[in-house]
Amino acid sequence: MQLNRSEMLRAYRQMRLIREFEERLHIENRTGEIAGFTHLYSGQEAVAVGVCENLNKSDFIISTHRGHGHCIAKGGDVPSMMMEIYGRRDGLCKGRGGSMHIADIEQGILGANGIVGAGSPIAVGAALAAKIKKNGGVAVSFIGDGASNQGTVFEAMNMAVVLKVPKIFAFENNGYSEHTGAHYGIGAPDIVQRIKSFGMPVFEYDGFDFFSVHEAARQAIDYARSGNGPAAIYGVTTRYFGHFEGDPQNYRAKGEVEMFRTEKDCMLRFRKMVSDAQLLDVAELDGIDTEVLALIEQSVVNAKAAPPPPPETVTQDVYVSY
Amino acid sequence: MAVKTMRDAINEALFIEMRRDGRVIVLGEDVSGGAGGTGIRDAAGGVFGVTKGLFPEFGEDRVIDTPISESAIIGAANGAALAGLRPVAEIMFADFIGVCLDQIMNQAAKFRYMFGGKCVTPIVVRMAMGAGMNAAGQHSQTIYPMVTSIPGLKVAVPSNPADAKGLLATAIRDDDPVIFLEHKALYSRKGEVPDGEYLVPFGVGSTTREGKDVTLVAIARMVGFAERVADKLAAEGITCDVIDPRTTSPLDEELILESVANTGRLVIVDESNPRCSVAADISSIVAEKAFSYLKAPIIPVTAPHSPVPFARELERVYVPSPERIEAAVRSVMKAG
Ligand SMILES: Cc1ncc(C[n+]2csc(CCOP(=O)(O)OP(=O)(O)O)c2C)c(N)n1
Ligand SMILES: [Mg+2]
Repeated sequence: MQLNRSEMLRAYRQMRLIREFEERLHIENRTGEIAGFTHLYSGQEAVAVGVCENLNKSDFIISTHRGHGHCIAKGGDVPSMMMEIYGRRDGLCKGRGGSMHIADIEQGILGANGIVGAGSPIAVGAALAAKIKKNGGVAVSFIGDGASNQGTVFEAMNMAVVLKVPKIFAFENNGYSEHTGAHYGIGAPDIVQRIKSFGMPVFEYDGFDFFSVHEAARQAIDYARSGNGPAAIYGVTTRYFGHFEGDPQNYRAKGEVEMFRTEKDCMLRFRKMVSDAQLLDVAELDGIDTEVLALIEQSVVNAKAAPPPPPETVTQDVYVSY
Repeated sequence: MAVKTMRDAINEALFIEMRRDGRVIVLGEDVSGGAGGTGIRDAAGGVFGVTKGLFPEFGEDRVIDTPISESAIIGAANGAALAGLRPVAEIMFADFIGVCLDQIMNQAAKFRYMFGGKCVTPIVVRMAMGAGMNAAGQHSQTIYPMVTSIPGLKVAVPSNPADAKGLLATAIRDDDPVIFLEHKALYSRKGEVPDGEYLVPFGVGSTTREGKDVTLVAIARMVGFAERVADKLAAEGITCDVIDPRTTSPLDEELILESVANTGRLVIVDESNPRCSVAADISSIVAEKAFSYLKAPIIPVTAPHSPVPFARELERVYVPSPERIEAAVRSVMKAG
């Protein structure tokens, strides 16, 4: 399906936001100011944005430990996300969750998640709620190649089919599960076949091409929203940085990341496609780049200057009442 | 003796036990690392580098990288153990016990009892635990109270490199399932480690400082904090017995009770949440068995009843600090 101009501009801006957010965090991480584990999404932008551009605000997503991209794509507030990653009082989660637990329930973001595979069953429940409420909503869980081997994901796939809920399983194969190659951990020769065998359709995408992801996600989401039960999307992508910040990536061949960055980058590809087809003007895209850079800069400046959470908040919100 | 980090001490125990006994295998996520990648195998040797070098020496039959499937990892360890191997399974972060608790709690812990004593399940489950790295609510917990409460499991909580080496060797040779908890904040801590084969028995605590005024029982990372406080207060003439139980199951009750009989005052430092903690457990044992010796109410120094927070400023108040321990010691001194 052809996107209109404003849709394409919006999608590009979302991808650029994620890219600059992550590239900047990569730099900021080295200052030692950012605590904890940070998993960056650079390289995979087309997937998060390709999926989320098909969603409404009231639809749900649930993310993974590599959650910044999914959250930005679903409408998470960038300055508040930055504050959270810096562990600030006014961060999205008041500094209690950090990078791995960013959530924005109002935007339908049920959280990044530190437990690999935990998101899919939760999204089945969110989809079940949509089905019972008959509100036309859908729920999406993002699943890495590594997570695709977790029992909870298999259980969720089967139960989603049994309950016929409007749930989308968004598989993202970035080639690695921490230090281990994707193919090592996935026993089946054909991952798509493995997903299909649960009884749901799989729409495949090229993770380096935003338009391809967008179309596959559109089909899967339409299928689920129309009451047919769950659907999946699957494609290959790559991550540019280590599993977590500080990972030297010696388990990857020298030059692998550089090859992806120069030859397959989803942002470069988007720019080339839309300018070759004369759909968008490069100057417009450059304008977005400048605006986004300024927003990220401002977010970092604000986050650095922001106050920490007061110590007494350590025991706040454990319960609603106790 | 040589000075080593706790990471290297654990690694050494694995090497020694694997060389000694061909039935010992290691399995877990990224334990060699790089399987199926385009770069180097065994580049990291586990996310914390603890299993480094095992793969080149022992090969893929005995050093097994697994998919992310904690239930199947522990289940497979259980089955291999029932069938005669001695698996050392790694659950990367102790928090992930949530994914495989059935295999630990309902399976490994109970086989021997339920099968009429006719089998052994000699598994070791190594897990990295603890706060201090701002890893937030799902990567920072100290889960030993939970596993300590389960009959059939043994639980080791080393506080220093030598004990880590000796307790792991004992765990591997032990015929019961052992939960072996390595505090992440201690991996780089250095200490003297005996060379060669070295065993530390289970259920035998160690007194790392001797004193007459207060008994300070501490677990894992908290032992170092307690020692710091004891050393500081010794200069003022307040002396403490610092007791490291080393295993919470079995627990060296005798050592604690004897010390309390001498000092009459007890402070217990436990990084876990307060309810049903090891601090609460030891406190109840002492109240039950040494009540008449107590000169002051027992003070537990624990984390608050909350998940582990992310921000530095919050984690700092979550984890028991030397300052809080010192205040507790002064308080029991004042009370009687
Ligand atoms: C239950 C559980 N097991 C293991 C981990 C440690 N861990 C975090 S991310 C990860 C790899 C995930 O790989 P994948 O699903 O492909 O996602 P990617 O990191 O590539 O985005 C592992 C093993 C975890 N967080 N939770
Ligand atoms: Mg992956």
